[in-house]
Amino acid sequence: MRRKALGLAGFATGIFAGSVLYRRTLGRRRARVDVYFGDGSMITFVDGSPEAEALLPVAREALSSIAR
Amino acid sequence: MDATQALADLTEISSQVEAAVLFDEAGVLAGSTLPDEAAARLARAAAELLSRAGELVEDGAEVTQVEASTPEGSVFVVRDGPRRIAATTGPDPTIGLVFYDLKSCLRVAAAGEKPRRRRAAKKDEDGGDAA
Repeated sequence: MRRKALGLAGFATGIFAGSVLYRRTLGRRRARVDVYFGDGSMITFVDGSPEAEALLPVAREALSSIAR
Repeated sequence: MDATQALADLTEISSQVEAAVLFDEAGVLAGSTLPDEAAARLARAAAELLSRAGELVEDGAEVTQVEASTPEGSVFVVRDGPRRIAATTGPDPTIGLVFYDLKSCLRVAAAGEKPRRRRAAKKDEDGGDAA
């Protein structure tokens, strides 16, 4: 009975630790820019690429414009 | 329906949209959910985002939408002919839904600007029936 309870407690702890890790990983998702074209195609520029370096500061400026 | 009403409907329908501005290709504001100064800043940044995105493409393809995602929030810009709409959201928005709502808002606002042709068409039909 005690072993069963310990097993359940270990399982619950594992689930909790996994969910925290998962959320932290998602929280660190990198910035990116998706650009869509008239022909239906799309391109993604991830943070660190020269294209994203050109676009992300403008996006941050747009976001800060509503925060002021 | 005018631009202000279209934007009011947008923020009512889409809880993810925090702020939105409607403007034209010259940067002239047609409506906003923000005070004038903040709206002008958002429109200017959104126009710059579209412009820079267009410059990055080598084959000169027309950029119709941009979504920039940062940990602080996202910026959306949609263009339809001379009209543009820009909106900001919090982090991790439902991208497809926000684009859908912005395009709907843009369409509604554009329809409000056009002359009422339906009425004219009905008159023509009525006239045709009478003749």
